[in-house]
Amino acid sequence: MLESGSGGIISPLITITPIIIMTRKIKAVSLISGGLDSLLATKVIMEQGVHVEGINFYTGFCVEGHTHAIRKKDKAKPKRNNALWVAETLGIKLHIIDVIEKYKDVLINPKHGYGANMNPCHDCKTFMVQQALVWIEKNDFDFIITGEVMGQRPMSQRKDTMPVIAQESGAGDRLLRPLCAKHFEPTLPEREGWVTRDELLDFHGRSRKPQMALAEHYGFDDYAQPAGGCCFLTDEHYSKKLVDLWDARGNKEYEMDDIMLLKVGRHIRPAKNFKLIIAREEGEVNFMQGYRNRFISIKTISHSGPLVLLDGQPSAEDCQLAARIAARYSKGKLENEVEVELRQINGEIDLIRVKPIGISEMPASWSV
Amino acid sequence: MAEFKLDASGLLCPMPVIKTQDRVAELNNGDILEIVCTDPGALNDVGAWCRINGHKVLVAEQNETQVLIKIEVMR
Ligand code: SF4
Repeated sequence: MLESGSGGIISPLITITPIIIMTRKIKAVSLISGGLDSLLATKVIMEQGVHVEGINFYTGFCVEGHTHAIRKKDKAKPKRNNALWVAETLGIKLHIIDVIEKYKDVLINPKHGYGANMNPCHDCKTFMVQQALVWIEKNDFDFIITGEVMGQRPMSQRKDTMPVIAQESGAGDRLLRPLCAKHFEPTLPEREGWVTRDELLDFHGRSRKPQMALAEHYGFDDYAQPAGGCCFLTDEHYSKKLVDLWDARGNKEYEMDDIMLLKVGRHIRPAKNFKLIIAREEGEVNFMQGYRNRFISIKTISHSGPLVLLDGQPSAEDCQLAARIAARYSKGKLENEVEVELRQINGEIDLIRVKPIGISEMPASWSV
Repeated sequence: MAEFKLDASGLLCPMPVIKTQDRVAELNNGDILEIVCTDPGALNDVGAWCRINGHKVLVAEQNETQVLIKIEVMR
């Protein structure tokens, strides 16, 4: 109590400042491939009240990407990007990040080697989690989710390799795999109580039944059914063409155009210095037209036939041989002579007449 | 409010979506972005990207050779 100047007693003026405790919403970023596992993993965490946004890395090899636009036979199927579909189904934002350049080092020098084909899955997963870590730090998110299931993939989803990926990526225990979390020590989000461990799952192995049952539980029915992995590097034929390209060039460098052209056409390599890319159908012809200013191209004139691009450094003699091979794939393959248009990169055109190459003159080893 | 153009011709999905996303990040509420692409898949994908991120699709058309999408940036 204080005394007033007039001798009375006054009460001190007490100002009470209300203390507002701002509870910041916990935020996670989920690696969305477009498949069922990442859809489910994200949903499991969203159900726990965590704010989740999706992230999708475009390496250039993703099956999700441009091939849908190339082949005519695929045009009947409705086109959709499954990662976008997953995000829309879940009602979350999706950030698609172009990592084409950064990914080159992962593919060219994988520390843990390649899988059955040219798929560097272990290093690829590490790289993606590492990129996601950079993203969450920049955007003030708390942890990372993936849809990995222990034992589902032989290289990157084993009980012993999954912790290595967490460690090597730098994410450590900020990486949570909701579909199989119970097989591992509690991660930071579990220990901090951001998520309830009891509501996480213990899926393991190659069976898809638990995922399908969970999808049914959530009412998801139109999800993508990937056949053989999320990228072209798991494909045997694609990998063979990539290795052939690297062998022929004497190094493992590649550009976006190389990646795209490995996805189209029949590839025939008569010599180290050049190969033919022969369109197999109309969709590929249309797609390859766009490359006529960057590659020497061949088209049969007297008979209908496919568009052919020549990759590499063919000599004049090589171009003659290529023209004979192109004629072999035209309607005039049994004729004595076929007229062929040979177009240089600068647009100069030579019309030449060639005899289609005989099947016995084409060793099987030319076919990539 | 200003109008901008993005030429994503020759790019195959998801590159038109990535280019749209990166361009929109630099724009303000109410800005209009017109995107021209040649990959027919962009019609669906850019539309889906807009719905997810709350931007308004004003035009989405396709002819023999091109896809034209016009969006309004909503923040
Ligand atoms: S399948 Fe392809 S994208 Fe998926 S982890 Fe392996 S290398 Fe990476």
